Amino acid sequence: MAENGTNGTNGQGYVGTRTIRPDGVDKVTGRARFGADFNLPGQLIGRVLRSPHPHARIVKIDTSKAEALAGVKAVITRDDFADQSSEFIPAGEMMMNYRDVVRNVMAREKALYEGHAVAAVAATSAAVARKALKLIDVTYEVLPHVIDVVEAMKPGAPVLHDDLFTVGVEPKPDKPSNVAKRIEITLGDVEAGFKKADVIIEREFKTAPVHQGYIEPHAALASASEDGSAELWCCTQGHFIVRAHCARLLGMDIGKIRVTASEIGGGFGGKTVVYLEPLAIALSRKAKRPVKMVMSREEVFKASGPTSGAVVKVKMGATNDGKFVAGWAELKYQAGAFQGSPVQPGVFCAYAPYDIENVKVIGYDVVSNRPKVAAYRAPGAPISEFAVESVVDEIAKKLGLDPIELRMMNAAREGTKAAYGPKFGPIGLEETLNSIKKTEHWNTPLRKWQGRGVASGFWFNIGGETCASLTVNEDGTVSLMAGTPDIGGLRAALTNVAADELGIPYDKVRPIIGDTGSLGFTFLTGGSRSAFSGSMAIVEAAKQIKAELCTRACKLWDAKPDQVEFKDGAVRPLGALAEKVKPMSIADFAKMAGKTGGPIGGYGRINAQGAGPSLGTHLVDLEVDPETGRVTILRYTAAQDAGKALHPAYVEGQFQGGAVQGIGWALNEEYIYGSDGKLQNAGFLDYRMPVASDLPMIDAILVEVANPKHPYGVRGVGETPIIPPLAAIANAMEQATGIRFTELPMSPPRVLKALKEREAAAKV
Amino acid sequence: MARVVLVGNLAQLTGGVAEFQLSATSVKQLFQQLAELHPGIEPHLEEGVAVAIDGQIYQDALFQPIGPDSEVFLLPQIAGG
Repeated sequence: MAENGTNGTNGQGYVGTRTIRPDGVDKVTGRARFGADFNLPGQLIGRVLRSPHPHARIVKIDTSKAEALAGVKAVITRDDFADQSSEFIPAGEMMMNYRDVVRNVMAREKALYEGHAVAAVAATSAAVARKALKLIDVTYEVLPHVIDVVEAMKPGAPVLHDDLFTVGVEPKPDKPSNVAKRIEITLGDVEAGFKKADVIIEREFKTAPVHQGYIEPHAALASASEDGSAELWCCTQGHFIVRAHCARLLGMDIGKIRVTASEIGGGFGGKTVVYLEPLAIALSRKAKRPVKMVMSREEVFKASGPTSGAVVKVKMGATNDGKFVAGWAELKYQAGAFQGSPVQPGVFCAYAPYDIENVKVIGYDVVSNRPKVAAYRAPGAPISEFAVESVVDEIAKKLGLDPIELRMMNAAREGTKAAYGPKFGPIGLEETLNSIKKTEHWNTPLRKWQGRGVASGFWFNIGGETCASLTVNEDGTVSLMAGTPDIGGLRAALTNVAADELGIPYDKVRPIIGDTGSLGFTFLTGGSRSAFSGSMAIVEAAKQIKAELCTRACKLWDAKPDQVEFKDGAVRPLGALAEKVKPMSIADFAKMAGKTGGPIGGYGRINAQGAGPSLGTHLVDLEVDPETGRVTILRYTAAQDAGKALHPAYVEGQFQGGAVQGIGWALNEEYIYGSDGKLQNAGFLDYRMPVASDLPMIDAILVEVANPKHPYGVRGVGETPIIPPLAAIANAMEQATGIRFTELPMSPPRVLKALKEREAAAKV
Repeated sequence: MARVVLVGNLAQLTGGVAEFQLSATSVKQLFQQLAELHPGIEPHLEEGVAVAIDGQIYQDALFQPIGPDSEVFLLPQIAGG
């Protein structure tokens, strides 16, 4: 029996087209249900009491007055969560320790940052819940705090954890510190490499911690039953991960928790961990009623995310003809209150776009009295690549070389040995550089106070455990179920693949995101994996359906397997058999499914391997207002290797969204702390993110260098586009002003200060 | 024999030895052989590492074949946002 389908050979050809998004109508009419839209009869409102101190020992918590308040149905504290043993688990960007997770969702011995959860209540109304929080009496012993990463590394800095000893240094320290880990990668001989260099540039960079800035705050609705089971509805990037974390933290069997992921108003990595979810279940379990919890924006800023701020030193050497011969870097990343910054991927990615024989990168993971960082789009990579790409630009200027040509000359390509070890397979950096150079944008003249910058970026991408099912309904339509929340167009992309694989019209496939009771374990939406892995699972599910239909056709037609084939949405007889019987469509089989063996479906259960890295290059024009320091983005073009765009509009949307977040990171976004260790800008009025009126249309260029390990050639695309903007903008700023900005954000006050300092220096 | 290289801090668990020649024909065998040589690395292998075989990165893939002339790198597990 023969089958076809993969690579669109059924002839429908939806893959690579801009089909109508299945979730579109409900999103624009307001019918789509996000985290805070779920309600249950009799539900209570949950609220969290948060530490006002950045660092304090919790001496005593007295909840008696709150519990006595009319309308209060449950109060929980650290006493409601069993302590956890030290065990590392994958958590978005790197390993996380359950011992830390239980302390992050509810402070135990100490409050480690302003906003750290200390207690929570469930009450009959929000007003009663707020009143109850005021009645909880917490006795704190306030401790000295440390916010800045460099200060936190100094001897004598307030130590957050008495049991934190730096890993990765010899001899092993005998005193605890805030440095959780030192890591290092080496390729070749970096000192020998610098001796070959004609030009050496060394710079120190500083980046601010930035929040993922998802529009939808964290929200959860839990309903725990007296029989020990629980249901949970929440906005998350991975409901199977939420289920696992909650089960572990609450001592429940995984199978007794059912989690449904809502539509999600952005996650960007920040919804790969749990905050409210275990609290909502614990409160519901205690109150014996459903409990709904929604974070305010202030809580989102103070108690979730962000990504690290960092200090990065870079030293690069090149020959006079532009060949990079050595690259060194030292990265110090804030982890927040618990270890686990994304410094590891920052170390690996720093020089990944380039073919350099001699590389050494050192990284430090440092805790301080800030909220624990969460993953944020290519975690760690934008920071280290910002620093390297800024220095690459300086080398180009010093040598009088075109920055694109310099990158082209040194670009990693198939066979290049990455600084972190393995050789690359087919990758598309050169193609993105070429496509940028060919744009009309690259050759447009600029005026005074305007600048143009270019930068490239690299991200690994991953696969992982993934389930997806296809069920043929009685009328021949198909229900598609995926296990990863749809954040960036998953449903449309998978529907394109399913329709092509089965040879049926796109609108005959209806996709949904299944809950944790409907599919096997599926890792979260992150690592740019969901369309890559999900489409592989769909191909597998469709393959099962096609094989089953061919088997049934053989039985109906008294034929042998080599006398039938699945093609263009039907099982077709071959050879002489074609004279006797007519092809049977999926709908034909659906009508007689009961008589031929029962319901028809396929279930893809895979651990997707073979993710291909995605590289991109961005080009930006900007203008600086010398009177105010304000920077306006005039024009922006983003080119990236997608392998194969299953749904080009969504892929372009990823490029555009990543670019916009990178623009915000470069120009405005930062966490501002007072000397009291408290966050001063926990709201969108003071934490300035770019909005549509701040930006031009982002032009997207799709480069497609097929990933040979995927049936359609797909690479993940979601993370790479946030990497190049930081340096592209800094490089454009240098051209516009003549000043090399090494500290982010390049906000109006900082730009104005730099311009005035230069003016003052010129007068001396 | 496959050439096996430990990247980053993993070599600290093998007394500083970063490169091995091993006869492993799968990731499972590779982990077993490394654990026999250096028991200190076993918990880290169980927690999860990425294995790059001839340039292709695999994660949680115990049965992935390794060729006799393969170049294998062990890296910390890779995820993302």
